[in-house]
Amino acid sequence: MNYIFYFLIVFSIIIGALTGHLQDVVNSILTGAETSVKVAFSLIGIMAFWLGIMKIAEQSGIVEFISKLIKPITKILFNEIPEDSKALGDVAMSFSANALGLTNAATPIGIRAMEEFQKENKDKTTASNAMCMFLGMNTAGFQLIPATVIAVLIGIGYKNPTEIIAPTLLVTTIAFLSAIVMAKVFQKIWKPQHTETPEDKENN
Amino acid sequence: MFQHVMNLISLWALPFIIISILTVALVKKIPLYESFTEGAKDGFKVSINIIPYLVAIMVGISMFRASGAIEILSHLMNGFLTHFHIPVDVLPLMIVRSLSGSAALGVFSDIAHTAGANSYATKLAAVMVGSSETTFYVLAVYFGAVGISKLRYSMLVGILADLVGIVAAVIVCSHMFL
Repeated sequence: MNYIFYFLIVFSIIIGALTGHLQDVVNSILTGAETSVKVAFSLIGIMAFWLGIMKIAEQSGIVEFISKLIKPITKILFNEIPEDSKALGDVAMSFSANALGLTNAATPIGIRAMEEFQKENKDKTTASNAMCMFLGMNTAGFQLIPATVIAVLIGIGYKNPTEIIAPTLLVTTIAFLSAIVMAKVFQKIWKPQHTETPEDKENN
Repeated sequence: MFQHVMNLISLWALPFIIISILTVALVKKIPLYESFTEGAKDGFKVSINIIPYLVAIMVGISMFRASGAIEILSHLMNGFLTHFHIPVDVLPLMIVRSLSGSAALGVFSDIAHTAGANSYATKLAAVMVGSSETTFYVLAVYFGAVGISKLRYSMLVGILADLVGIVAAVIVCSHMFL
């Protein structure tokens, strides 16, 4: 992470200077910082709403029911997490929301899952295997119906916008499965215990 | 017909989930209002916790986008693109889609408007945008919420999965739409 952060900032300034965009790069510091706070603040309301709904779902046993339903899968993917952890129900609900395109609901529920994973995590500043697996699956962005894209296509007068659903689903499934396989392979290579080795420092 | 059913599903997914959760809870005599507010309390805390992580990532990305690096990269990869029948307009999208969701949607609308409804560029771009999630945003928000700063291999997995998605999109689209 240290290297990526350094690279993004220093590389951008150098390239900006070379292409004559230095002023834009400097201005973008302010816009970037502003956007992040706007994003965080716009999350507060919807985050509170879904965390409230999820608390009800948890107390009425729905989360537990769903986590039992998908146990065969989560046992393999998150083998280090105890089977009765609340995280697994949250993981399932977050992915259902994502698959349906309900990003607003998926993020708060996904964060709940991360908090549960954090309880099982030994080193509180380093990502656990379960977290890396969950995030890998999330960044692949599995979605059944790309609603926003279809809306844009309808907007420009595309005759048959639903024809992109099948290829999109195929592509997102491939990316999703590859993320799972890669996370499983990498967790054997980069163990969190050896944070002192130079290889690990590079990846952090 | 198919489109109609899809629209109905999109419209009803959210209301259906909310109704089911509330109804099950009411039947089980859960104190709905108390539980809701107890859970919702964390909304503020979590959102505020994310800010430092989000600022670090979003400032870096917005500087990167302003620097013109993406245009240079597009230029360098020109020959490579024509070899795989990838329209030049789509290249910025391949890079931007991992960095910023709203920017990716903007680039996609732009391609759709300039290339037109039935061009290959629009179809390929649609599949690329629809099949991806903003990797850097997801990492900042999820890890930021729990205060993790050492991401180990998770960013590498995210970037590689994005690459796999791009390659898959090019292969699938060239078979279906070319």
